[in-house]
Amino acid sequence: MNPFSTHAPRSLRGVIWMAAAVVAAAGGLAVASLLPEGNPLHASAFVVSLAGKYLSYAMLALAVDLVWGFAGILTLGHAAFFALGGYAMGMYLMREIGARGVYGNADLPDFMIFLSWKNLPWYWWGSEHFAWAAVLVVAVPGLLAGVFGWLAFRSRVSGVYLSIITQALTYALMLAFFQNGLGFGGNNGLTDFKDILGADLHAPLTRAVLLLVTGLLLAASLLAARFVVGSRFGSLLVAVRDAESRTRFLGYRPEQAKLLVWVFSAMIAGVGGALYVTQVGIINPGEFAPANSIESVIWVAVGGRGTLCGAVLGAILVNMGKTLFTAWLPEFWLYGLGLLFICTTLFLPNGLMGLWRHARKAPPEEVTPEVADTQGEEA
Amino acid sequence: MTGDLVLDMRDVSVTFDGFRAINNLSLALRPGEMRAIVGPNGAGKTTMMDIITGKTRPDTGTVRFQNHDLTRLDEPAIARLGIGRKFQKPTVFEALSVTENLLLSLKGVRSPFAVLMARMNAQERERIEHLLRLTRLEAVANQPAGGMSHGQKQWLEIGMLMGQEPELLLVDEPVAGMTDAETMATADLLREINRTRSVVVVEHDMDFVRALGVDVTVLHEGSVLAEGTLDAVSADPRVIEVYLGR
Repeated sequence: MNPFSTHAPRSLRGVIWMAAAVVAAAGGLAVASLLPEGNPLHASAFVVSLAGKYLSYAMLALAVDLVWGFAGILTLGHAAFFALGGYAMGMYLMREIGARGVYGNADLPDFMIFLSWKNLPWYWWGSEHFAWAAVLVVAVPGLLAGVFGWLAFRSRVSGVYLSIITQALTYALMLAFFQNGLGFGGNNGLTDFKDILGADLHAPLTRAVLLLVTGLLLAASLLAARFVVGSRFGSLLVAVRDAESRTRFLGYRPEQAKLLVWVFSAMIAGVGGALYVTQVGIINPGEFAPANSIESVIWVAVGGRGTLCGAVLGAILVNMGKTLFTAWLPEFWLYGLGLLFICTTLFLPNGLMGLWRHARKAPPEEVTPEVADTQGEEA
Repeated sequence: MTGDLVLDMRDVSVTFDGFRAINNLSLALRPGEMRAIVGPNGAGKTTMMDIITGKTRPDTGTVRFQNHDLTRLDEPAIARLGIGRKFQKPTVFEALSVTENLLLSLKGVRSPFAVLMARMNAQERERIEHLLRLTRLEAVANQPAGGMSHGQKQWLEIGMLMGQEPELLLVDEPVAGMTDAETMATADLLREINRTRSVVVVEHDMDFVRALGVDVTVLHEGSVLAEGTLDAVSADPRVIEVYLGR
């Protein structure tokens, strides 16, 4: 046997399967949405935008899993990076409206006219170009994460204290974005989008392409994340997660390792947010709400922390559950989510991925009565 | 001057909340020397290690390693200079395999981007195979370090220390919790390591210190009480009073 194979839990094959499944599902739905309406396989616009939303959330979950599952940074503010990516894309989509807005101004979005602004604020410069928006989608979350992470990790802030300041970060951003004066549409946010790159956002073909692109970018993020955690740097992250001070005595600077994965993770979240806005059609300060970040942690916990695939699976399944549950018993969803989190923590500490691994390994173990007895699974 | 000393601590003092943990401590180590440090609990042995490795900054005094002033450097910088430390409680990365633990310890790439791009080369593979043989962990190379016995973890940590190729090794209670046979094997291993590197060993186990056959420094209340061969310090009445003859 080769003595140098590495960490089975971060299986490459599983990630490739998951990436392929995501692309196949997104592609399949995209094609189905283009079938004529009478066709039994036709997917409605509602289903397509829902799927796009789930896959965008899966990118947020993947970002959370990278820092929480592998580097041990329990972030309770990651939706901030998601929302910033969303706003960066939203700015471009606002400018694409052009003179078709209510006030018919080719340069200024409606909310600025409403505030009687005469000129675009400097940070909106260049937002009419898609390429610039694409840069901002990764650069703004990356930059904020860079500054925040540099300050926090350098000061050796970790554990629950770090979780609290990530929560404070997203809360502060939410309050700031509620201000009309900030120039991002206040509590209405950015909405009423018409086109993306000249294509009608409401056209079935555009929506199908956006869904496919979301699937492809999620798959690419999964593979990129696997590259990171499967590398020697991934081993270093796990080492930092489990025994941070020990890595210092080996000559590593754990704060640098954490900063690198933190910034990378924020960028993935930003891309997720940008894709979300194109398909959901609105971004407002509510996306910064602390509850969103906490939900994203629950998706990862349900799917299985530190598995990448589990994060994607958890985000999709929990959000499907949310869609069904809120249609049925809207006022009880939060109780359901809380219960789900408690049950996961108590009975499935490794999430659905842990259950899957256990199920695959179980048959040879169960033939030994001793093992079956000592395990005493009541769950 | 300090020219031919590998480690030179002079008049080092450190106080924690009014408690003087290290009191005018001086210690000098020649290149290639192995020194055993003994002393009762609270004598300052671990604090001394903390000062050398940059975990604790002394209030006064100088600490020099070759030509570097260690009091200005932090832990990673000191580790990169070539000082390795083994902790009292074996601290290995439990979720990683034995091989991954060793790979992370190998002297070489340390900056995050370089670590991200690093791939195991033939030289590293050879180093790891050598370390696995040396620490007798070949059979468990692929298993998570967390599942190993206490003794195996101790040996893995010694292997990781060797992987760093340090000039100076600080070893804190390496045989705590080991069987007699493991203790003697560890003494052999440390003597083997000492052929190419300087070593400071903190240990309570007198049979082990005797097996090492090196000079002993006795610490007491943060200062050096006696220094010399084990027989000489054992005969020292002050040593007998504070430590051996309790």
